[in-house]
Amino acid sequence: MAHTVKIPVPALNKEISVSTGLFINNEFVPSVDSSEVIQCFNPATEEVIASVVAGSAKDIDVAVAAARTAFKTTWGKNVTGWERSRLMNKLADLIERDAQELAELETLNNGKPVAVARDFDIGDSIQCLRYYAGWADKITGQTIEVDNKSKMAFTRHEPIGVCGQIIPWNYPINMWSWKVAPALAVGCTIVMKPSEITPLTALKLSELVVEAGFPPGVINTVPSLGPVGGAALSAHPDVDKVAFTGSTITGRKIMEAAAKSNLKKVSLELGGKSPQLIFESADLKQAAAWSALGICYNTGQDCTAGSRIYVQDSVYDKFIDILVSTVKETVIGDGFDKSTGGGPLVSKAQFDRVWGYIDAGKAEGAKVVLGGERRNTKGYFVDPTIFTDVNSDMKIVKEEIFGPVLSIGRFKTEEEAVALANNTTYGLGAGLHSTDASQCMRVSGLLEAGTVWVNQYNVLSNNVPFGGKKQSGIGRELGSYALEEYTSIKAVHWNIGEKLQWPLSL
Amino acid sequence: MTSIFTHEFNTPIYKGKTSFNTGLYIDGKFVEGSDKTTIDVVNPATGNIITKVAEATPKDVDLAVAAAHKAFDTTWGLNMGGAGRSRLLAKLASLMEEHQQELAALEALDNGKTFTWAMDVDTTFAIDTIRYYAGWADKIHGQVQETDEKKLSYTRHEPIGVVGQIIPWNFPLLMMSWKLGPALATGNCIVMKPSEFTPLTAIRMCELIHEAGFPPGTFNLLTGYGHTVGAAISSHMKVDKVAFTGSTLVGRKIMEAAAKSNLKDITLELGGKSPNIIFNDADLDQAVNWAAHGIYWNHGQACCAGSRIFVQSGIYDEFLAKFTEKTASLKVGDPFDLDSYQGPQVSKIQYDRIMDYIQSGKDQGATVHLGGDRHGTEGFYIKPTIFTDTTPDMKIVQEEIFGPVGVVIKFEDEEDVIRQANDTVYGLAAAVFSQNITRALNTAHRLKAGTAWVNCVNQLHANVPFGGFKQSGIGRELGAYALNNYTAVKSVQVNLGHVM
Repeated sequence: MAHTVKIPVPALNKEISVSTGLFINNEFVPSVDSSEVIQCFNPATEEVIASVVAGSAKDIDVAVAAARTAFKTTWGKNVTGWERSRLMNKLADLIERDAQELAELETLNNGKPVAVARDFDIGDSIQCLRYYAGWADKITGQTIEVDNKSKMAFTRHEPIGVCGQIIPWNYPINMWSWKVAPALAVGCTIVMKPSEITPLTALKLSELVVEAGFPPGVINTVPSLGPVGGAALSAHPDVDKVAFTGSTITGRKIMEAAAKSNLKKVSLELGGKSPQLIFESADLKQAAAWSALGICYNTGQDCTAGSRIYVQDSVYDKFIDILVSTVKETVIGDGFDKSTGGGPLVSKAQFDRVWGYIDAGKAEGAKVVLGGERRNTKGYFVDPTIFTDVNSDMKIVKEEIFGPVLSIGRFKTEEEAVALANNTTYGLGAGLHSTDASQCMRVSGLLEAGTVWVNQYNVLSNNVPFGGKKQSGIGRELGSYALEEYTSIKAVHWNIGEKLQWPLSL
Repeated sequence: MTSIFTHEFNTPIYKGKTSFNTGLYIDGKFVEGSDKTTIDVVNPATGNIITKVAEATPKDVDLAVAAAHKAFDTTWGLNMGGAGRSRLLAKLASLMEEHQQELAALEALDNGKTFTWAMDVDTTFAIDTIRYYAGWADKIHGQVQETDEKKLSYTRHEPIGVVGQIIPWNFPLLMMSWKLGPALATGNCIVMKPSEFTPLTAIRMCELIHEAGFPPGTFNLLTGYGHTVGAAISSHMKVDKVAFTGSTLVGRKIMEAAAKSNLKDITLELGGKSPNIIFNDADLDQAVNWAAHGIYWNHGQACCAGSRIFVQSGIYDEFLAKFTEKTASLKVGDPFDLDSYQGPQVSKIQYDRIMDYIQSGKDQGATVHLGGDRHGTEGFYIKPTIFTDTTPDMKIVQEEIFGPVGVVIKFEDEEDVIRQANDTVYGLAAAVFSQNITRALNTAHRLKAGTAWVNCVNQLHANVPFGGFKQSGIGRELGAYALNNYTAVKSVQVNLGHVM
C-alpha cells in the first residue's frame, strides 16, 4: 500500500496530495514485511485524515542500507561542499515555493495556525537550510605545528556517516530542518523517523528532496512507531549516529540502545521545565508579554516552554494582574480560523495527559487564577491555565506538562530566585527580567540552562546554538555548533623526515 | 546623457546580444562623469574601438564615497543583518548564472581571452566566489573572552566602512568577484575602479547588482585611470580601506598614498615570478601538462604564472622535448573560434612590453627555443615562447613579463634550486613536481610563497586563501581569510560588578 492520497481541506475547499509509502532511495515504497498503517488525525476535529505505511524494523534495515550505499558512492566524501550547498539551496527554494501548501498540511495534522506554520515554522526552516547550505563548503580542519622538520599534522573534519534522526510532533517541519540541514551540510546521509503523530509533512518534503536533485539514499523517511522504528534505529549496528528530539524518558532509552549496540554517537534534545524570573526592576508589562509567549506559544507544546514563573514579592500582585489579563487575550481555536493564536493539543493522548496535570494541580491545592475549565466541544482544545500558590513538591511544578499550563511562585531575594529556578533535573531554557545590568550578568551566569534569555523569551536564531544542560539533553543544535554533532575528527600524522631506529635507543 | 552600448555577437561559438548603460554607477544611478569625458574600450583581437564608456574624475570619487557613507550609515553596514546580505549576494550569483554566456562573451571581447576559458573558468569561478561569500554573510562571529564573572568581554567583527577596490585587467570579472564578495558579505560599502582597459563586464554587473536589490550606494563603479581615479581613492580621507590587485609598482604608490592620507588599511595582490620545480622523479607527462598550464594559461597574464620552470638534469632533455611539443600545439587564434587556446594580449602597451622582454632575452644571449615573435598581422597576438640557456641575472629571469613567455632552467642540486627559486623579491606562488611525497612536501614548505602547489599549478578555489609573501603582496584573498580584510575588531568590555 504505497500510493498517493488526496487529503481534503474543507476550510479552504481544496485537496492536498501526499505520498503515503516509505521514502527510501528516492522512491515511495510499501513495507517489505508488514501491512500495518499509521492513522493521522486532525486534532481540531478528532478525525482521521490519512493513513500512511508504518515502517517495520526490517524497513529500517532497508533504509539504513540505502543510506550506507549513498554514503559510500554518491555522498559522503564523494560529493563536494559546493554540490551539497547547491542542492540544499535548491531544496530551500522549493520549500519556499510550496510554503502555503506545506503550511496547510502542517495545520491539518498538527493543529497550529496556518499563518504561524507558514511564516514562522516554515520561514525559519527555509532560513535554516540556507544557513547550513552556506556552511557546506566551509568545513575546515586545522594544520598543527608539531615538528616542522619531520611532521605534517592536520585534522580532517569528516562526516560521521549514516545518521538516524528521530523528530517530534510539536514543530514537524521546523524540527525536520534542524536535523537535516547540518547533517547534509557536512556530508552525512540520513534515515529520518518523523513522529507517528505527524508524519505527513515529512513525506511531502521527501517529494521535494527528489525534485531538488539529491541522489537516492541520501535522505530516507520512514514513518514508524517509536518502539518499532525508533528503537530499531537506536540499536542498529550500521547506524553511526542517532539524533533525537523528544521526551527525556525516550531519550534515555535511545542512549541505552546506542550504548548496548555499537556505541553510536548520540545527541539528544529533551524536555524542560524552564523558569522565568521576574525581578522588581523589570518592565512588568513587557515581562508579562514575554511570559504569555513563553507558555502560550504553540499552545505550550514547546520544550523550552516557560512553565514556571517566579515573581519577586514586591511586584507580585501587580505582575499577576497584568499577566492574567495578558494571557486572557490568547485565542485557542482551529488552525484554519484566522483569529486563532494557538491551535489544539496535538492528540488525545496529550490532551488526557495535560488534563491529568490540571486535575492534579487542583487536587494538590494549587489555586487556579485563569482557565482550568474543560470545553464541551470536539477537538483537543485546552485553554491557558494559570496556577498560583504552588510549592516545589507539586507535580505541576516538577514535571513537564507540555501544554498551556503555568505555575507561578514567589521569592524575596535573588539567591532564592536562582535556587528555585535551578531546582529541577532539567536545564533547557531560562528567562530573567530585570533592568539592573549587574543582576542580569550575575543571574544569567548562575542559571543552569543551555539557553538563557535576558528580557525576552523563546526567541531563537538559526545561527545561535541551542541545547540542554543536565537532563535536558546532550549536544547542541543550530549555529556552527551543530556541525560538530555530525563531524568526526580524524588526525593525520604525516611523517616527512623521521627515520626510526628499532629497538629505540634510550 | 549616459550611453547605451549594444553589441550583437555572431560568432562560431556564441551568438547573442548585449545592451547596457555605460555610465558611472553612483548611488544606484547611471551617470556621466563630472567632466563628461569618455574612455575608448579597445578590442585586442583587432585593435579597433568597441565603444566609449564614461570616464570618472576625482570629483566623481567624492560623490561615490559620499553615497557609500550614506548607505553604510542607513541601509547597509550593520543596518542590514547577515541573512539579508546573504540573500542579496545569492540573488546576484543567480543573476550572473542567468547571464553567464553574455558575461563570458563580453569578457572575451574586451580582454581577448577565449570565450571557452571565460565560460569554464572566469565566469564560473566568479559565480562560485559570490555564492561562497553569500554563505559567510550570516556567520561573521566574534568571540567571548573569559576574564572574570564580573565582566563580560567580547569582540565584534564590524564592517570597516567604505572600501576602495581597484581591480586589474587580466581576470576582470573574476577579480571583481574576489573583491566584491567578502566586502559586501561583511557589510562594507564599495567604491570600485575597474581597469580602464577592461571595464565592460564590471559595468554590466552594475545592472545585475541593481536588479538583485542592493540598496543604492552600497556598490559604486567608477571607470577611470589609475593616476586620477585610483590615486584619488587611495588618498581619500573618507575611504576607510583600499584593496588593490595589480603591479608591484602601482602597489607601492597606493601604500604610500594610504600612509600619507588617513593611514587607511590596505591589502595588495601584486606581481610574481613564480618558480615551478620539476624533479627527476616527477610524473613527466603530467609535469609537462601542468607546466604549460602554469605559464600559458590566460596568455601568461596571471600574477601567479609559473614563469620560471626549473627542470632537474636527469629529465631535462625529455621534458624540454615534450614541453616544446605541447607548447607548439597550443592554438593561438580569435577568442571566438571553437578551438582557440590563446587569444591576443590585452593591449598594445602590454604587447609592446612583452615584445621588449623577448628582445632583451635575445640581446642578453638566451636561446629562443620556441616562438619569440608576433602571431599574425592584426591585433596583439604573441606566439607562446620558450627561452633556454639563461643566466639568473637576465631580465627575463628576474622580472615579471606577464606574457606567454616561459624560461626553462636546468638544475642538479636540490638545495641549490630551492635557493634559486627563493632568490626573488616576489613570493606569490610556487610549484613542485615529484612523486616522492616527502621531497615534495619538504620543498613546498621551504618555498617562500603564499601558495605552494604540489603536483599541480594555477589551481584556485574559492575557499582556499591566496596571497603573497615579500613584495608580492599584503594580506590574503579567498577563503575565510578574506573576511579579515574587511572587518574591524572591536573589543567590548562591560563592567558588571567591579567597583572602582
